[in-house]
Amino acid sequence: MLGHGSGGRLSAELIRDIFLPAFSNPILDRLDDQAVLDIKGLRLAFTTDSFVVQPLIFPGGDIGSLAVHGSVNDLAMAGAWPLYLSAAFIAEEGLSRETLRRMARSMAAAASDAGVAIVTGDTKVVQKGKGDGLFITTTGIGLVPEGLRLSADQARPGDLVILSGSIGEHGIAILSSREGLEFETAIESDSAALHTLVAQMLGASRNIRCMRDPTRGGLSSALNEIAAQSRVSIRIDEKRIPVRDQVRGACELLGLDPLYVANEGKLVAVAAPEAADDIVDAMRRHPLGREADVIGVVGADHPGLVTMWTAFGSSRIVDLLPGDQLPRIC
Amino acid sequence: MKYLDEYRDPAIARALARRINSAANRRWVVMEICGGQTHTLMRYGIDEMIPNAVELVHGPGCPVCVTPLELIDKAIAISRMPDVIFTSYGDMLRVPGSDMDLFGARANGADVRIVYSPLDALKIASANPGQRIVFFGVGFETTAPANAMAILQAAEHGIANFSMLVSHVLVPPAMRLILESPAHRVQGFIAPGHVCAIAGFSAYEDLAREFNIPIVVGGFEPVDLLEAIAMLVEQLESGRAELENQYSRSVSRTGNIAAQQAVSRVFTVSDRKWRGIGEIGRSGLRLRDEFLRFDAEKVFHLGPLAVEEPKECRSALVLQGLLKPGECGAFGERCTPMTPLGAPMVSSEGACAAWYRYKRHA
Repeated sequence: MLGHGSGGRLSAELIRDIFLPAFSNPILDRLDDQAVLDIKGLRLAFTTDSFVVQPLIFPGGDIGSLAVHGSVNDLAMAGAWPLYLSAAFIAEEGLSRETLRRMARSMAAAASDAGVAIVTGDTKVVQKGKGDGLFITTTGIGLVPEGLRLSADQARPGDLVILSGSIGEHGIAILSSREGLEFETAIESDSAALHTLVAQMLGASRNIRCMRDPTRGGLSSALNEIAAQSRVSIRIDEKRIPVRDQVRGACELLGLDPLYVANEGKLVAVAAPEAADDIVDAMRRHPLGREADVIGVVGADHPGLVTMWTAFGSSRIVDLLPGDQLPRIC
Repeated sequence: MKYLDEYRDPAIARALARRINSAANRRWVVMEICGGQTHTLMRYGIDEMIPNAVELVHGPGCPVCVTPLELIDKAIAISRMPDVIFTSYGDMLRVPGSDMDLFGARANGADVRIVYSPLDALKIASANPGQRIVFFGVGFETTAPANAMAILQAAEHGIANFSMLVSHVLVPPAMRLILESPAHRVQGFIAPGHVCAIAGFSAYEDLAREFNIPIVVGGFEPVDLLEAIAMLVEQLESGRAELENQYSRSVSRTGNIAAQQAVSRVFTVSDRKWRGIGEIGRSGLRLRDEFLRFDAEKVFHLGPLAVEEPKECRSALVLQGLLKPGECGAFGERCTPMTPLGAPMVSSEGACAAWYRYKRHA
């Protein structure tokens, strides 16, 4: 079912029930967004991601730039400097040459901006009706700085949680450009490559435990994964999580919670308390981290639980959703 | 954000909680009708601000929850017929039918699409003349006007490949059922603000008089609900039983006349079955005879279906305020949003979903 690809509880089940038992090994079992490989003294980060977005072109980006940013960011979340990408295309019969050319140009521009080269690839065409225009898979490798080991199981009680900026823009931009839902204000996707921001953070302090880019499933899923894998609790403060007015308005209208809406150019990091100020300062000097702030704290009670202190002054559980959020009736 | 932040202001909320706590000389039982209100109360922990003054019980106002099981089964059956595009609000897709939900039907090849308005379904019908487009027309008085407009436009533009599976229900008959039930404990109602914005509140004035019970029309933000509760407690403490309107920025006595006219042109009041509760006389809407060509049950020749509710699901009691979700033996164990026994666990307005999301402490 589609919900199995939502990044929520159904996705986690699929991985746990089918892929982990089939492929289990110490590297995969860490369940990070990338594998870090020791190869003859060299530490390489290695990741792959498939992109199936509709519409192919949306405010603030397209499937091509997204496919580059997605894999670059998965590498960057290990602290790696991205080097090379592969790109595989599955095009549905009938996709126009012009659209494909436009996507290729967009990928090339995003790769060039990020300083990575697309060095190998593949193309397949499927019958009309057997695909959704265009699917792209990118695989990336990058170099991990010596001695750095970021992983979602590294958070410890007392650590602080840092968010790089406002949430929910990518998901709402996609929703707003789908048929039948036109907003008066255009919300643009935040799709961006995060590795230079990460480099700036690591320049300020190596005392970072882990990083995640809160894509599908939003900030909530990223925090729940960290809490579960590190066996800690996480408590966040709603007042410190920036949400643009247009995103908030759209979420109010549709009955969605921005905590579960996808981002493509944000990161959440867990850092040692004594390092957090330096890291936040460094982030704020980077264009993608101007609104960076400490949004929460890691605790020892209730391992795996994420809670939020609301702007209203109450506390609530921030759980994983079963699948995608559904717009409500009224 | 204007019209939002001031109604979520913690200082105003605390002042209202103090007003309620100091007014109450005993603990009063208050029911909020609408599931949207239930979610606000749980999400903001309002019950925990006034624990000794008010016991909040949750009402039947979740349109997804009260849609009968056989309608869900009919929706799934229609969606699997050839050349059908079945359209629905997102909420309905996860509601369990007898064998599966609409997501399951979609995974098995049915063309099931989420729309944000019945008018979008109509657009899909115009764009796909070779297909049969069905919209799942559920809800209370709030969604009826848009559904009526879709039928009127389909008739006007001769869109013959469009039909609607209708399961519309009305709030006042459900309140009457609760008030006539010997087991009920409700001493005051928060009436559903958005339903009243459409239908007005004169029907609730009649209920307040007839049953000698205070009713306050309430909004959906925490400050709205605390103010409505304060007004109810003050009425109860002073022995009054009147209709008062807290949500006056949206609601008037007469409501939205244009919307009411559209609804009464297309629909007529009829008996309706409520999921878990059973049939309530004159508690819903059906299409008028002149629009029956848009009735999906007729178009697809669906007869009455006899289906049995899962025995373990006690949602009928939850929907009437006779059982709190946390008091159900299946809650959080055999019944979760992943493995729901009934609709209140998966609807965004369901009381069980609200409890699961906001009141479950690990």
